Amino acid sequence: MARHEAFDGGEETRQRITFTIDGEKITAFAGQSILEAADAAGIYIPRLCDVEGLDPQGSCRVCTVKVNSRPVASCVHPVSADDVVENDTEEIRRWRRDLIKMLLHEGNHLCPICEASGRCELQAMAARFETLEPDLYPYLQPVRPVDASHPDIMLDTNRCIRCGRCIRASRDVDRKYVFGYIGRGIHKRVGVNATDLAHTRIDLDDAAASLETCPVGCIIRKRVGFFAPIGRRQFDLQAPGDEIEKRKGEGK
Amino acid sequence: MSRAKIIEIEPLTRVEGHGKVSIHLDEANQVQEARLHIVEFRGFERFIHGRPYWEAPMIVQRLCGICPVSHNLAAAKAMDMITGAKRLTPTAEKIRRLAHYGQILQSHVLHFFYLCSPDLLFGFGADVNERNVFTIIKQKPELAMQAIMMRKFGQEVIRATFGKKIHGSGAVPGGVVKNLSIPERDALLKEMDQMLKGAAMALAMARDYTVENQQMVERFGSFPSSFLSLVRDDGALDLYHGNLRAIDSVGNIIFDQVDYQDYGDYIMEEVKPWSYMKFPFIKKRGHLDGWYRVGPLARLNCCGYIDTPKADKALAEFKSLTGGKPNHMTLAYHWARMVEVTHCVEKIGELLEDPDLLGNELLTKGERAPEGIGVIEAPRGTLFHHYRVDKDDLITHCNLIVSTTNNNEAINRSIRQVARASLSGVPKITQGMLNHIEVAVRAYDPCLSCATHALGQMPLVVELYNHKGDVMDRLARG
Repeated sequence: MARHEAFDGGEETRQRITFTIDGEKITAFAGQSILEAADAAGIYIPRLCDVEGLDPQGSCRVCTVKVNSRPVASCVHPVSADDVVENDTEEIRRWRRDLIKMLLHEGNHLCPICEASGRCELQAMAARFETLEPDLYPYLQPVRPVDASHPDIMLDTNRCIRCGRCIRASRDVDRKYVFGYIGRGIHKRVGVNATDLAHTRIDLDDAAASLETCPVGCIIRKRVGFFAPIGRRQFDLQAPGDEIEKRKGEGK
Repeated sequence: MSRAKIIEIEPLTRVEGHGKVSIHLDEANQVQEARLHIVEFRGFERFIHGRPYWEAPMIVQRLCGICPVSHNLAAAKAMDMITGAKRLTPTAEKIRRLAHYGQILQSHVLHFFYLCSPDLLFGFGADVNERNVFTIIKQKPELAMQAIMMRKFGQEVIRATFGKKIHGSGAVPGGVVKNLSIPERDALLKEMDQMLKGAAMALAMARDYTVENQQMVERFGSFPSSFLSLVRDDGALDLYHGNLRAIDSVGNIIFDQVDYQDYGDYIMEEVKPWSYMKFPFIKKRGHLDGWYRVGPLARLNCCGYIDTPKADKALAEFKSLTGGKPNHMTLAYHWARMVEVTHCVEKIGELLEDPDLLGNELLTKGERAPEGIGVIEAPRGTLFHHYRVDKDDLITHCNLIVSTTNNNEAINRSIRQVARASLSGVPKITQGMLNHIEVAVRAYDPCLSCATHALGQMPLVVELYNHKGDVMDRLARG
């Protein structure tokens, strides 16, 4: 399935264009997002809220690049012919690092005791951008609810980064509308469309309940935490983006 | 009425954790009272409330960086009860045992060589610039190297089973998450000969010290006490699993083969206003007489035999020193610890030859229960973990009785005894005299951070107060 149908006019009919990322010439289809074109060319642009299989929403801003000197979210920005895109520059790495740090400081992310450690995309991004210790910001240590009412699935909003992946998966893939945002500004987090998780229609087969959907340890499956041994967890074996970068030189 | 003088040792050094000792003198400079104060407060038992039960082994192992495996395992054993895994698969139990023997080995070696051997080799009152691990490295490089290799081996056992040397993840409710690979097993097997030699050397060193200094050791910080430990069904020493046995000071059984799920019927805890560490006691003997000792000395006093040959022989020799009666010599903790090191090395060797370690059946479960208790013999003694979990799988209650907590009253008695013997009536209290107090505390290998379930710097302080309550002297290193 093509990811971004809105941009697509069918593979054959689409117009091919060229643009550059960090000086490297890339071929893309007109209307493709920058991120999608970069993926196809084997250039990894870091991201949190965007994931294969869901429409992009451009909310986390980790995928920010500069297009012709203007910052945009590359997951939602369509590429145009002759665009000059900056991706892996010191300035942009710093923006991304700051975004990751702010997420870590806003929530309660206790990696040592979190079962998502080793498969957590936020943790992997923190490692990528070497956010090793608190410096810029205070820890906000918010008091957030844990919803363990469902027999098999648990929602620990201490770890929510508001990527909205569960919301999109439940709405667009499962067609169940289990999750939505509640609260405003810094208090915004994911909530459920019922009194609690047990009263929603979610079940283990839902895309929204899949461990690939939640990038952190907010939506977890009960009683299987820590089952993956250290050394064999998802990101022990390869970092996010390794797959994409492998495509480089393999053709498209 | 005149007020007592108080000496405080703060921070105590070469112990795990932060605490202080206060010694109260009367106007004639006689020691009236001496106390170990635990000045850390942590709150693990409280902030774990509301967390899912399978997180508990991972959270509570952060109590300690020395014996995280013990906490992880005690919690996992409690969670086995909650998931109904009454009997683990052979692979799961053996992997856990292997990790635990590695843990006890590295902890005991760390304590004996790094923390205590300067006192034993150079004398309690030796110059502090000499009495440290760096002098050992300079003067006895072979000994130091052996100690380092043994500790490393213990850590490697932990890494092979738990994924990391410190704060890994091996045990989960109902079993373990990995078996041992053949390369991991073979790498450890290669070291066995060297480890057996090291254990024999350490055992001889600790035994010789006790026997050669028997008169001093019999007196130093020693007193009759009861002892508590886990023992196997047949009375053998078992560091991972068993039933509770308590004996009195002459060796009579107080209770035996008590299922630790019923520990609450036998043991209670008392709170005192001057310490964050609670005082457990045997219920039927009351809080005044019910205190007891745990740890290596208690385990050897309680057990009938050891199921590995070298350690069993060492146990017989250990027991013969006191004619088979309980050994009350506080400094004999060191010897007992090295008997256990021997046992752990032998057990590790035995397990590494066992094909079950390579098995793939790692997990089991049964009928879910609302409550679970896990007890294990941690390096420093019997460790109790008790949890209650609600229908949504969240923890609602947690009680931890940590090894050092069990020894609380005993450590206080040893301090009082040594303070009376070495400080009473002396005109000027020297650093060397105060170190005698620390030697007594160190014998128990207390882990003060575990005992209060503290973050940050963890030294122990000694302070000397005069009879008006002013600080006269203060010993603060760390």
